[in-house]
Amino acid sequence: MAQYDVLFLGGGPAGYVGAIRCAQLGLTVGVIEREGLGGTCVLWGCIPAKALLEAASIATKVKHAAEFGVTTGEVKTDYGVAMKRSRDISSKNSKGVEFLFKKNKITWIKGTGTLGKGKSVSVVADGKTETHTATKAVVISTGSRVKGLPQAGLELNTSTVISSDEALNLDKAPRTRAIVGAGAVGCEFADVFQAFGSKVTLLEVAPRILPLEDEDSSAEVQRSFKKRGIDVITAAKLTSTKVGKDSVKISLEAGGAKQELEFEKVLVAAGRAANVENLGLKEAGVQLTDRGFIKVTPKLETTAPGIYAIGDVAGPPMLAHKGEREGMVVAEVIAGKSHHLVNYGNIPNATYCHPEVASIGMTEAQVKEKKIEYKVGKFPFSANGHARTSGETEGFVKIIRDVKYGEILGAHIVGAHATELIHELAVARENEFTVEEIELAIHAHPTLSEAIAEATLDAMGRMIHA
Amino acid sequence: MATKVTMEALSPTMEEGRLVTWSKNEGDVVKSGDVLAEVETDKAIMELVARADGVLLKRLVPEGTAAPVGTLLGVIGAAGEDISAVTASVVLSEAKDPLLPPPVASAPVVLSEAKDPLLPPPSAPGDTPAFNRASPLARRLAGDAGLDIRAIAGSGPGGRIIKRDIEAALSGAGASSPAASPVGEPQKQVLRSAQDDGGFRDIPLTQIRKTIAKRLSESLGPIPTFFLTAEYDLSKVMELRRAMAELGDDFKVSVNDVLLKAVATALAQHPEVNSHWLGDRIRQHDRVHLGMAVATDDGLIVPVIFDAHLKRMKDLSREAKELARKARERKLKPEEYTGSTFSVSNLGMFGIDQFTAIINPPECGILAIGTASEQVVMVDGALGTRTVLRVTMSCDHRAIDGAVGARFMQTLRRMIENPLMLVY
Repeated sequence: MAQYDVLFLGGGPAGYVGAIRCAQLGLTVGVIEREGLGGTCVLWGCIPAKALLEAASIATKVKHAAEFGVTTGEVKTDYGVAMKRSRDISSKNSKGVEFLFKKNKITWIKGTGTLGKGKSVSVVADGKTETHTATKAVVISTGSRVKGLPQAGLELNTSTVISSDEALNLDKAPRTRAIVGAGAVGCEFADVFQAFGSKVTLLEVAPRILPLEDEDSSAEVQRSFKKRGIDVITAAKLTSTKVGKDSVKISLEAGGAKQELEFEKVLVAAGRAANVENLGLKEAGVQLTDRGFIKVTPKLETTAPGIYAIGDVAGPPMLAHKGEREGMVVAEVIAGKSHHLVNYGNIPNATYCHPEVASIGMTEAQVKEKKIEYKVGKFPFSANGHARTSGETEGFVKIIRDVKYGEILGAHIVGAHATELIHELAVARENEFTVEEIELAIHAHPTLSEAIAEATLDAMGRMIHA
Repeated sequence: MATKVTMEALSPTMEEGRLVTWSKNEGDVVKSGDVLAEVETDKAIMELVARADGVLLKRLVPEGTAAPVGTLLGVIGAAGEDISAVTASVVLSEAKDPLLPPPVASAPVVLSEAKDPLLPPPSAPGDTPAFNRASPLARRLAGDAGLDIRAIAGSGPGGRIIKRDIEAALSGAGASSPAASPVGEPQKQVLRSAQDDGGFRDIPLTQIRKTIAKRLSESLGPIPTFFLTAEYDLSKVMELRRAMAELGDDFKVSVNDVLLKAVATALAQHPEVNSHWLGDRIRQHDRVHLGMAVATDDGLIVPVIFDAHLKRMKDLSREAKELARKARERKLKPEEYTGSTFSVSNLGMFGIDQFTAIINPPECGILAIGTASEQVVMVDGALGTRTVLRVTMSCDHRAIDGAVGARFMQTLRRMIENPLMLVY
């Protein structure tokens, strides 16, 4: 039994960042985590996936090296090696978080926690139960998990029907691979497996891939995927699935036609569920929303006094950077420091497939729906000097501004390094700069960022380079 | 040898002054005693004169800027003289707060910015920061809406004014709400009623108003109140009631109903009385939300008749009765007793001839209505009687001066003594 100021239940990006911020503010902190520090992001999500995507990118680039006057031998890919590298990076990052805990004198309580009376948590590890108490607050940061699509007959079985967790641990890329769900995860794995030699079919029930992004972004990526030989089937209705030992048969209807397809492996990249089970939430008086997340106030308080929730478990968007920000805010709330509540309207979205997709704010359809008078500025990377030199001319920058004040309502970037470029717009929006301030800032030449300046110019009707 | 031009104490009580206009340009030859600038003090507009012969080498403060006594405003010296030492010393002594641009270092910038309507001229130190940090979008929104951005409290990092603050100011809800009040918290709803449509204007405090506010508060407690009592002839109101009653029960109105109507109508004509004292400014309301004090077993409560100036006497009558009933049954919702712009208190039914009521801040006035009584008067050389009513207005002197309150009482007299005006 030990006593802390604050206990975090879960050491993912939300929990570990919150813990560090609490420690910075002079609080004593314990973090209960049964697996490794860093959570899904570090171990089974962002980091290993990004490592594989980088491998895919190199594979693609090397294949085009001859155009740049660099001749290589035959290009061979080995998913197993790429996977091992990605696992190494994951474990190094997890160790990095352990180091940060030591530096900030945060205690990692290994085990599985359940809320007890008041602000206590009982932790089971190796069959032993120990109770820890918090004097100030308990923060639930248990995250989410892949849940598969049992309703479509795609129960996860770790062999033929797998989730991203298993995909990150495969020795080799399968010959044929269906990916069900064309959100960020689905598109990223389509990219990786295609680069590593699988014949990839991307299935999406919505009428377009990346359905949460702007329609222009979806169309651009879909075009690029098709060009690279990824089969994309949208508005796909799965009518039946037969899961065999070495293959999966999927029958579907799309565009009025019926198809029957067979795959070596199916990756289910749709559906995540908040980890709310076996935490003693009900007994503690912590209520859930209709969608199964923990109900929180803007200050991240749950319905039980002294208990907070952050990250995926506290509701969408289920993004590491949203959880990290909530971690910082909850720490400041608990410590009674001044804080700025999470600005949920200004969280960037990033998909690391090639071309990359990034966005912030509203899509054009959302702006239309809100009946806001707007103007669109768009600049293609095909007209950007830097993009031409690197041979990465796919994509565009699209900026949606309101007519009267020039407020940046939304920004959408498809193309190389889009996920890096988006932050200029994140900073602009956070500081309420309008298109004029972006354009007034001098952008270096030749850079990809010039495309942002050009798109803002276009939004004001005075684009120079296209 | 350069001579500094500083803000001088042009009245015994002056602590800061506003430089209204420069009378000389940079480069002009000036003689000792020449008028350099006009300065608004706490009392009046005064002339600031040169204390040396030479050339006005530098104007360091833009027109319209308030500056404490002692602030360096400019430099007089020989033509072409290097004055960097004089101005540099100011940079060192003034650049205390990294968030506040030091006035000298930024002087050229400030001068050009002062012309930009979107940028606030630096205001007096001490009350608000000399330069309100505001996002570009917030400045545009404020400029477009004609809002004085200096009067808006920022909720962004370090008090930065952002879009939501302008929106809150426009909806009248959040001008003074502190940072980190998340959207959707219930307090917004409570503040809803009074200022929904932005039907008000904020009047920045002039130097003289600031001094009035400060000195009178020192003298008489936080709200320096004075009282105006008038005796109104109710004869015509009585006639009106009689005539209306003859039309049938539907048309019965009480004296109080007529008074409510008269007060609401008069207030609509006197926004300077229908106002809120907000510390750094006065908010004059176009809409009249009339509070009426109701005694309950638990104590006093003041439910509000919203938009009383737009309502017919019948509706005022019905609403007043309804609110009084709810108040006594303790059924008033918070939004029904917040947001009044002016209040009335009537103790006539207790036979009180005359009394003074206590102002309900941030309102600036309250009317205390006594009992209507018969008085013997001489009419055309013969003894007669008339019904009179004594009304006392308590005024917050920080916002309402004697003459202003008196003019309102005059308007009210015209309404009450000629109730047909209420029909017009």
